[in-house]
Amino acid sequence: MTGATRRDTALVVILGAALILGLPLVIDTHVLTLLVAYGMLALSLGLIWGFGGVLCFGQAAFFGLGAYTFAIAGINIGESTLPLILAVLVPAGFALVLGAMMFYGRLGDVYLAVITLVVSLILFRWLNTTAGPAYVIGNARLGGFNGIPGFPILNVPGRPDLMIWGEPLYYAAAVTLLVVFLLVSWLLRSSFGRIAIGIRENEERVALLGYDIRARKTVLFAIGAAIAGLAGALYATWAEVVTPTLFSLQQSAEIIIWCIVGGLGTRFGPILGAAVLAYLKFALGQQSVIDNMFILGLVLVLFVLFLPRGIAPELARLGAWATGSRRRPARRRPPPAGVADG
Amino acid sequence: MAETVLETEGLTMRFGGVVAVDNVSLKLAARELRCLIGPNGAGKSTFFKCLCGLLTPTDGRVYLRGEDTTGWETHQIAALGVGIKMQVPSVMDGLSVHENIWMAARRHDDTAGANDRAEEVIARLALGPIARSPLARLAHGERQRVELGIVMAADPWLVLLDEPAAGMTAEEVARMGEIIREMTRTAAVLIVEHDMQFIRALASTVTVFHRGRVLMEDHVDRVMADPVVRDVYLGKQA
Repeated sequence: MTGATRRDTALVVILGAALILGLPLVIDTHVLTLLVAYGMLALSLGLIWGFGGVLCFGQAAFFGLGAYTFAIAGINIGESTLPLILAVLVPAGFALVLGAMMFYGRLGDVYLAVITLVVSLILFRWLNTTAGPAYVIGNARLGGFNGIPGFPILNVPGRPDLMIWGEPLYYAAAVTLLVVFLLVSWLLRSSFGRIAIGIRENEERVALLGYDIRARKTVLFAIGAAIAGLAGALYATWAEVVTPTLFSLQQSAEIIIWCIVGGLGTRFGPILGAAVLAYLKFALGQQSVIDNMFILGLVLVLFVLFLPRGIAPELARLGAWATGSRRRPARRRPPPAGVADG
Repeated sequence: MAETVLETEGLTMRFGGVVAVDNVSLKLAARELRCLIGPNGAGKSTFFKCLCGLLTPTDGRVYLRGEDTTGWETHQIAALGVGIKMQVPSVMDGLSVHENIWMAARRHDDTAGANDRAEEVIARLALGPIARSPLARLAHGERQRVELGIVMAADPWLVLLDEPAAGMTAEEVARMGEIIREMTRTAAVLIVEHDMQFIRALASTVTVFHRGRVLMEDHVDRVMADPVVRDVYLGKQA
């Protein structure tokens, strides 16, 4: 078990490092930073939905909360280290309360999706109405639909004068994503993660084993929100402005599409889905012949019809097929169990 | 007299105007094997669900090892050391046999201890060859057996089984009987069952439910010979 764990970790680090160093040769680092932030956001939903079975339709709410927290705390504090920590803690705390209300209230999956969606829409509508001077938190004006510009961007911890932007921001964000990925991998290998997967598979059975489903789901939900909040902070420091559109319906829907296209139940799939689709959207945004949303919708429909498991599981199968002829002599035996992982 | 591990006191469950379980008082001693039988709609399954916390009884109380557990959550009751198996095989389909059993053992042990326990249960139930297969690929009888393994892995002192022999072959039923016999060495076992042959083979005390009430409680042979029981239950089946 430990051997496999070490091999997995080594593989992730080597592949991750190769991608971090290789991708800037192909794609501009400014765009890549955004893809990294979106990838982390997708990873957060991939964790709670793909492994925990909790379909949150409002993951954008935690993303937006993280971004707004980073901006508001930055303006009030004047540097970025504490705001970055708050951008993780505030969404996590919010999710802890919201999750406890939903899971202890025994809401079904559909109602959970609806409530999370409504929560993010409420935040979206409310922030749009905060244009007046009355809406301030400390020194930060919420600014209505124009959002908050001009907050301190990410700086080296303890050195407010050393800003991180441009190429260094890309490397900082990408390494952060790699670290979060390793933490998620560790979580999924831990007893907590394995039992969370059990809950996804059969909630009733796990309850009959004596585990408190509600508490475990609430904690997992909060962990997902913390990761989404961190992604939001990265987005904020990249965009240098936060606006209510972070909470929009379109943003929420896109995260779900990323996960479906990339591959649910895998760690890498959602990140891949986010990167591919966000890049596609960026590329399509530079022309005006075809509408952006039309293409994204088409991609989703094609995937649901022809590759319902997503890109990552198919890639993994392709990889297994390419190397499998030598490594799997006993073909008739059932393959080892476990979640497909890419 | 052995310790009483399960006791209900005037347990009543009403659904609107229907009284599914009517004032049932039942006692189960440590390491006792007890079958609950009765015609369809007699209230066996409702009674069973009240015991394991899936339903909160309208009236009356449930005591487990003297502790009043009425209205407790299922997971709290299971955590006391009660192994539960519902009527429909309830397993984690996407996970391997080992992972299923490990998860049950993990509740009362650390990761390594749970691993050892899972290996032990797998060996005892002869599940070795399929230990790494996902449950979704297994046959019905195998899934039932794995679920018994899940129940065993937690090392319970009370086991509640709802129709464990349903849909199994004669050979599998015989094996199931052996496993249940073995369980009674450490735990009291309460079984809701339809299969009379299976109950006869277990040769235990039987409690007969009829219209939500306990009709009679005696050894299986005397119950089967009783004309009233034959009339309400067996008579209709023949």
